[in-house]
This record gives sequence, C-alpha cells and structure tokens, in this order.
Amino acid sequence: MSLTDTTRAQMREIIARYPQPRSALLPMLHLVQSEEGYVTPEGIEMCADELGITTAQVTGVATFYTMYKRRPVGKHHIGVCTNTLCAVMGGDAIFAAVKQNLGVGNDETTADGEFTVEHIECQAACDYAPVMTVDWEFFDKQTPSSAVELLDDLRAGREVRSTRGPVIESFRATERVLAGFLDGKSDQGPSAGEPSLLGLRIAHERGEAAPAAGATEQEA
Amino acid sequence: MTTLTPVLSAHWDEPDSYTLAGYQRHGGYEAARKALTTMQPDEVIQAVKDSGLRGRGGAGFPTGMKWGFIPQGDGKPHYLVVNADESEPGTCKDIPLMMANPHVLVEGVIIASYAIRGNHAFIYVRGEVPHVLRRVQAAVADAYKAGLLGKDVFGTGFDLEVTVHAGAGAYICGEETALLDSLEGFRGQPRLRPPFPAVAGLYACPTVVNNVESIASVPSIIANGPEWFASMGTEKSKGYTLYSLSGHVKNPGQFEAPLGITLRELLDLAGGMREGSTLKFWTPGGSSTPLLTDAHLDVPLDYEGVGGAGSMLGTKALQIFDQTTSVVRAVLRWTEFYKHESCGKCTPCREGTWWLVQILERVEKGEGTEEDIEKLLDLCDNILGRSFCALADGATSPITSAIQYFRDEFIAGTHTPAWELYPYEASSLLVGADA
Repeated sequence: MSLTDTTRAQMREIIARYPQPRSALLPMLHLVQSEEGYVTPEGIEMCADELGITTAQVTGVATFYTMYKRRPVGKHHIGVCTNTLCAVMGGDAIFAAVKQNLGVGNDETTADGEFTVEHIECQAACDYAPVMTVDWEFFDKQTPSSAVELLDDLRAGREVRSTRGPVIESFRATERVLAGFLDGKSDQGPSAGEPSLLGLRIAHERGEAAPAAGATEQEA
Repeated sequence: MTTLTPVLSAHWDEPDSYTLAGYQRHGGYEAARKALTTMQPDEVIQAVKDSGLRGRGGAGFPTGMKWGFIPQGDGKPHYLVVNADESEPGTCKDIPLMMANPHVLVEGVIIASYAIRGNHAFIYVRGEVPHVLRRVQAAVADAYKAGLLGKDVFGTGFDLEVTVHAGAGAYICGEETALLDSLEGFRGQPRLRPPFPAVAGLYACPTVVNNVESIASVPSIIANGPEWFASMGTEKSKGYTLYSLSGHVKNPGQFEAPLGITLRELLDLAGGMREGSTLKFWTPGGSSTPLLTDAHLDVPLDYEGVGGAGSMLGTKALQIFDQTTSVVRAVLRWTEFYKHESCGKCTPCREGTWWLVQILERVEKGEGTEEDIEKLLDLCDNILGRSFCALADGATSPITSAIQYFRDEFIAGTHTPAWELYPYEASSLLVGADA
C-alpha cells in the first residue's frame, strides 16, 4: 500500500479546514484516490481511524458517489458525456469509438492499466458539445476521430492540453486537486472559451451594455 | 428588441479576468468594502430585497428574503453555503462564470456572510470540474493574502473563513439539503423540511444556501444600487441573468441579458438554427423543466412567463433540438440520468424512475404496447409530488411534456424503432468520416 504518515498528516490538514471533522470525508476520499488510484480498504480504514467513525460508515459514503472507484483506475480516466444533448450531437458515436479503440466497455480499464473509460453525465459545457474529459479536464467539441487521436497522443506520451484547462497529467494528480491541495496550474488555459464569450462579443459589436450606475436614479 | 447587459461576463474576454489584479482593475472588492464599512448587515439584506434578486439556481426564491429568515442573536454560528454543484442537464453558466471570474463570487460571499452575520462560508463545487476548482481555490487563496478574507476584513473587526469543497459526482447534491448532508460528510440525501436550512442547516445551525450566480450578482447590486438592478428585467423578475443556448443552433453560447428576453431573440443572437433545420422542442431551464415547442418562441423568459407557458424558468439552460431529433430517444436518455442519480431515499423516485426507463426502452425500440403511454403518465402521476425533493418531480417533466406535445411519436413506438423514424446520425454534428 502507498498510504504513509504523510497521507495521514494531509488528512489532518483537510480536517482542520472544517468546524466538524466528518465534513472532511469527501476530500479525504479524494486524497485516498490520489495515492492509491481508487478507494482501497486501507484508505477506508485510515479515514475511519482519523474521523473516529466506523469503516462501514466510510464505505457507505464511498459507494454513494460516482467519482469514487472501487477498482483501480487507469493512469488516465476517460469520460464521454452521453447525457441527452451531447449524445444527440455526437456523444454516443464518440463513446462507441473510444470503447472500440481501447477494446473495453463502460467502467472498464485497459489491460495495460493506461485508460479507464466511463460514460459521464452532463459536464456543464453544453455550449461546447459534444464534450469529453481526460482526468476530468474539458475536451470540447469532440468527434470520434479527434477522440481517437487524443487517445493516441496520450498513449504515446505526447503533451496533451485541455481545451479549457491545463496540460494533462494523470487521474491521481487531478484527485489531489479535488482533495483541496493547490497544484499551481490555475493560470493554465484561457479565461473563457469562445462560446462563453459569444454574448459579450455581440454586445461589444452592437455597443450594448448594462445601464450606467446612477443613471436610473437621475431618471427617477 | 432586448439589449444585452453583460455584468458578470463583462470582462471574460480579458486574459487575466480570473485573477485578483484583473478583477480589481474594474473595481473589484469595492462593493464589499462599501458594504462592510458603510452599511449595517440589515441594510445589506434590505438592499438585496429591494433589488428584487431571485435565486438563479432554478427555484427563483427571493434572495434577500432567504437571508432575512436567518434568526439573529440566537448565539449559534451562521453559515453561508454556495451551491456550485451545477449539474442540471443542459446547464452551463456557473462553470464558465467561476472559471473566468471567480473573484466576483468570493466578493459576493463576503457581502452575503456579513449580511447574515456568518463567519464561515463554504463553496461546494461539483467534483467533475477540477479546473474550475483550481480557479476558485486560487481566488480564495489570493483573497486571503490580500486581507479580503480571514481576520478583521477591511479593518472592520469582521472575520470570515472560506472553505472550498469538492463534491464527488452526485447530481442530487445540487438539492440544498442533500448538499448540506454531503458537506457534513454523509451520503447526499435530501432532508425532510421543515426545519428549513435557515433554521437548522449545516451542523443544525442557521444556514443560507445560494446558487453561484445569485451570490455573484450581489456585488453589482451593492455597488450600483438596488434601483439599478431593478431597472432591468420585468415586473416580478428583476435584473440581468445568464442564458445558455446549446444544441442545434449555429452558434451556441452564453448571453447575459435582462430577464424577459425571448427564445426568438436569443436564437437570433445565436445565428439561428443550424443550416436547414427547424426548431422542434427545447428546454427553458434544464431537463427538469417541461419541454416547450416552436409555439413558445415569444414567451418572455422570466419566472412568470415560462410558468404561464406550463414550464419553469429553471436554470435558463436552453437546450435546442431540431426536427431530426427523436423526442423518445431524448426523453429516455434523461430518464436514465434521473434513475442513475436518484439517491434512493424515497420509493416513488427510486422505483419509479427504474420502471420509467424499462417502458421507455421498449418504446424506443418500437416494441411499446398500447397501454404504455397511459402507464407512463400513471407512473409520473404517482411520482410527482410524492418524494422529499424535486429530483422526482423533475424526472417526470420531460416525459409528461413530451407526451403532451408529441404523443404520436410514442404511439409510433408501438411498431417502429425511434432510430428508423429519426435516424440518429442526422441529428449529430458529425460529418464526413465521423458521421
């Protein structure tokens, strides 16, 4: 197992963020995944030990949330949105292409431990549909061929950059961010993608804006 | 013709819009300074009440009134919890907002916490968006360094701790009481109300739970005055808001406009429907709001207007589907989502969504039976209003509205597969080798 005293110390750091210790459980489980690649029995024990609750209570929480995995996740987690809008716009075809390329089904990991594939729910990027994720970072406006190209690049160890996010590292590195530890990558990626800016750009073109402050008081 | 009113999104096109320097270049944190140094907490609450701001997360409850429910002088800690668990299918406004301008949220958190006399606030961000989490974490860290959070903010003696918290993939945690259970380290299951969070919320203490966009709207109200905010929008739906267009339009995207703009106007801004296509159905505010059709192009998109058309404004997530789309396929996929995301606490929702999927699957395959439409409606009738939270109600919305407007397609599901009636590749964006 890879859980160490450092992990335990970091768990205590997480606990210190909250008025009541148990609130730390979700980020603690993310921390376990960042160390172990999934929620291991040892990780569950350490959480229970640190919070003074039973392993059954920790397990009850870990099994409720979709992002906590009970089997080892590959180096990269590949998500394809197949909620209605993305699915209709091409997400179903992308998901089929990804599964075929990797030779695995939903929620399965490739034999080389490189990729775990999952169809995911709405990722709040519908104006960039169809959307997929690598280690939960956005890959906007995908197609089956761009998805396969993405997998090839990852497999070859080439640098891959999220459309609106950082250079891809690994599932475990992302889980550390979810545990609340800063990784210094917040400046990577743009402020916003083009669809997010569409209304603003049109407003600029047309010279439209919110009323000036104080204008309404003068009118009244 | 409605005029666009970018406020929250006004500087998203600047490369450092998400940084403290980028935010302060445009007067950032001056509203918080004004509130904390020149206004009493109750004056802040009154200003938000006077502005007419209503919750932007879907329910539309008046924000100032929610703050006013917090008991004062009760000797208990008060908490502000920001619901940044944006997961309603089709909804994509809070995520770009937090990515491009997290400081407007942090400033809103300072003002709101001061108003409700809270000294610890939480921002609960869904777990599936790590880059958004990074931006919010960095904004909070920078605000601490600048003395905008922590002890003695603006030298006023007001202390405020802010904790950024990541969820772990559960749509139900967007429901405010499930979110509180989740934040306490439990399975995210809704609580029976009363008591409401204002009385017994986080750790059984008075708690305000507000959507990201609601809190982010507060600094502009304090800076420019409630009259300024109320000068935009319609009689009962005041102010500006983010509308999100997605689907079969030429240019999907975000549009910040006064409440009451119509889909016809928004479609025009989005360049119209994609080439050669016509509008078939759309959601006004995510998949939990009943579908509307091309008969509703001129409905004012405010709380009352959409309500009057038999749906709900919801999250203002307009998902647009054209004539190539099978409504049965769309509704089945949403129903699979609700089945997966039902927390399992209430039987009508847990079992009902499971049965709805079984029936819709056979309708999609063209193997439905004569009784299936009535059975779907009967199931929906037994789910709606019979669970702790609105997830179950939302699960019935696409089904009942789809049957209301497109009954023929469900009847066709007794003999012809949906993919024969509406070849699925025709509705995708994919072309050439990808199609």
